Amino acid sequence: MANEAVPYSTTHVRPEAVRRERTLKTVLRALIYALMILIVFWTIFPIVFTLVSSIKTSRVIFEDLRSFNAFLPTEFTLENYYGVFERVPFQRFLVNSTIIATTTVIFSIFVNSMAAFSLARLRWRGRKIVMTIIIALLIIPFEAIAIPLLVVVNELPWLQISFDGGIQFQLSQSWLNSLHVQIIPFIADSFTIFLFYQAILDIPKEFDESALVDGATPLRIYWSIILPLIRPTIATVAILQFLVRWNDYLWPVVAVPGEQARPLTVGIASFYTQTPEWGQILAYAAMITIPVLIVFLLFQKWFVQSVASSGVKG
Amino acid sequence: MSATHTTGVNYRRVEAVYGWLMGAPAFLGLFTFIILPFLIAIGLSFTNQRLIAPEPAEFIGLRNYDHLLSLTVLTLEPLIDESTGESLRDADGNIEYPRSRSILRNDPRYEGFFDWFSVDLFGKRYVIAAKDPTFMQSLVNNIVFALIVVPVQSSIALGMALLVNQKISGVNIFRTTYFSPVVTSTAVLSVVWIFLYNPDIGLINQGLSAVSFGLIEPINWLGDTRSALVAIIIMAVWQGAGFQMVIFLAGLQGIAETLYEAASIDGANAYQRFRHVTLPGLRNTTIFVVITTTIFAFRLFTQVDVMTQGGPQDNATSTVVYHVVQEGFRAKRLGYGATASVVFFVIVLAIALVQRFLLRSTGETD
Repeated sequence: MANEAVPYSTTHVRPEAVRRERTLKTVLRALIYALMILIVFWTIFPIVFTLVSSIKTSRVIFEDLRSFNAFLPTEFTLENYYGVFERVPFQRFLVNSTIIATTTVIFSIFVNSMAAFSLARLRWRGRKIVMTIIIALLIIPFEAIAIPLLVVVNELPWLQISFDGGIQFQLSQSWLNSLHVQIIPFIADSFTIFLFYQAILDIPKEFDESALVDGATPLRIYWSIILPLIRPTIATVAILQFLVRWNDYLWPVVAVPGEQARPLTVGIASFYTQTPEWGQILAYAAMITIPVLIVFLLFQKWFVQSVASSGVKG
Repeated sequence: MSATHTTGVNYRRVEAVYGWLMGAPAFLGLFTFIILPFLIAIGLSFTNQRLIAPEPAEFIGLRNYDHLLSLTVLTLEPLIDESTGESLRDADGNIEYPRSRSILRNDPRYEGFFDWFSVDLFGKRYVIAAKDPTFMQSLVNNIVFALIVVPVQSSIALGMALLVNQKISGVNIFRTTYFSPVVTSTAVLSVVWIFLYNPDIGLINQGLSAVSFGLIEPINWLGDTRSALVAIIIMAVWQGAGFQMVIFLAGLQGIAETLYEAASIDGANAYQRFRHVTLPGLRNTTIFVVITTTIFAFRLFTQVDVMTQGGPQDNATSTVVYHVVQEGFRAKRLGYGATASVVFFVIVLAIALVQRFLLRSTGETD
């Protein structure tokens, strides 16, 4: 910022002054970089520490803690990783988290964009009231309804289909301790509808009207005109929803006490209470963190844009 | 098919049918999983319903709210030594007061009240008693958390946004790095930070000792009631700043370049441009950041549940949401947990209404 403060009339200034100005600029820039690198260190030291420690034996981790070696891969062993797999069904937790996050995202995109299309483009009685209600719902934080939601899902029946020895149907009395209890309640989302609604309003109406002339049904217009045009919003929604679902902790703590449908986040909290082996705990942490970080690095522009767009709702 | 036909009465009906059908899955979901639980929460808050109960719930009116929110002040006079007429002092020379617990227990006016905390002021002791001191402490913890996190985190985020908004090479790498804790799971980071906060070997104490040349004594971060909340605050600021940074960055990029140029021509220096162009330009962004951070502060749960379970003692790090889960789920007092949920919602609503008001008032002056 400060380097823009150079006066505009530099033509009459003596050369030494210009040189001094330039040196000052270089020093300032160096200071700014130093500050930025310092912040980099502050921001990622826990993550770097986790990743490098996960490939060290506990003995080396504790030794290295006394010096800068804590942040360097001074040893390479996969012992901790094997340890995690031996101690807990990590694969199951990983599969659970993946299914929960991806299924919610996919359903969420279609269900909410369809509703937004209906609200933004189709004329039916009551749609203004419905939209007002949806905006009002934005303010209800999940934490305020988590406990009563538990009551609701506990009363909902579910048809279990199993394939051992022919197809078998089984009616279960409650949604607790399942994958779908972590998916279905989170598909419809007022904020997602709101984002899609805004995006659809930005599309000129002539686009759908020309399709109408060709006799297209509303579903057809939604599918072949609207959906392709709101792709950026779809990406935003996918990223935001995926992060929230993948990192969710409160809901599985109350709704999924058993191990069968447990996600990774609750898994690490209980793993931490089960073992004193910090090497293994950090290996577990690394295994949850690495995939998300990779996805984040690949799509980082989208991530940053998504979060920024979540901020303009005011 | 002609346009006049498709926009006719028939098409109107088609539109209505499609409108409801296409919206139905979302509307049904919102009703079942948000509106219904919300209404149930309000309904349950007037009952003594338990999570798993053989006996039916009873309607108990406002008793849950009374229990949750009741506060009273007890004024205690110092104990007087009968023989000398002076106040009694303990071994350390402190003035002695009657025991508040025995008064709370014996006086029918204070039935159901428990000691929360006390202050000695002008020769008297004021005992603040509540029917649910845990809730009161949780509320205070949330407020303290918000009062520290909101200004600290917002300033750090603004600073980071200003840094990564410069047109210098490599800035994108910094932007990405600063943002990375945001995408990492809070539950995972909480566990990692437990290790970092370890009093004997944790990196935080090691680092503090290194930069102070051994002057800073090891702190029992999560094990001491005085530092546990601070520890959670530091971790939350560390993780959350990148989020606000991105929002500030969007705000900065929304300020017209010409404003800066005009200010430069008028001879404004870097600080003056920041003060008179950047800050006013960020007004709405700042309101948004402050309000969302405040709401986040009141939603605090994961860190507390993983790192301290509300402790180490005396509910030092309990929060409103943690109390909701403790009461409504773990203690199975569903009706009471629902009451705390409703109160929590009212708090969040109040904060959001403040935002509405502030944003609206700018709309009028601009």
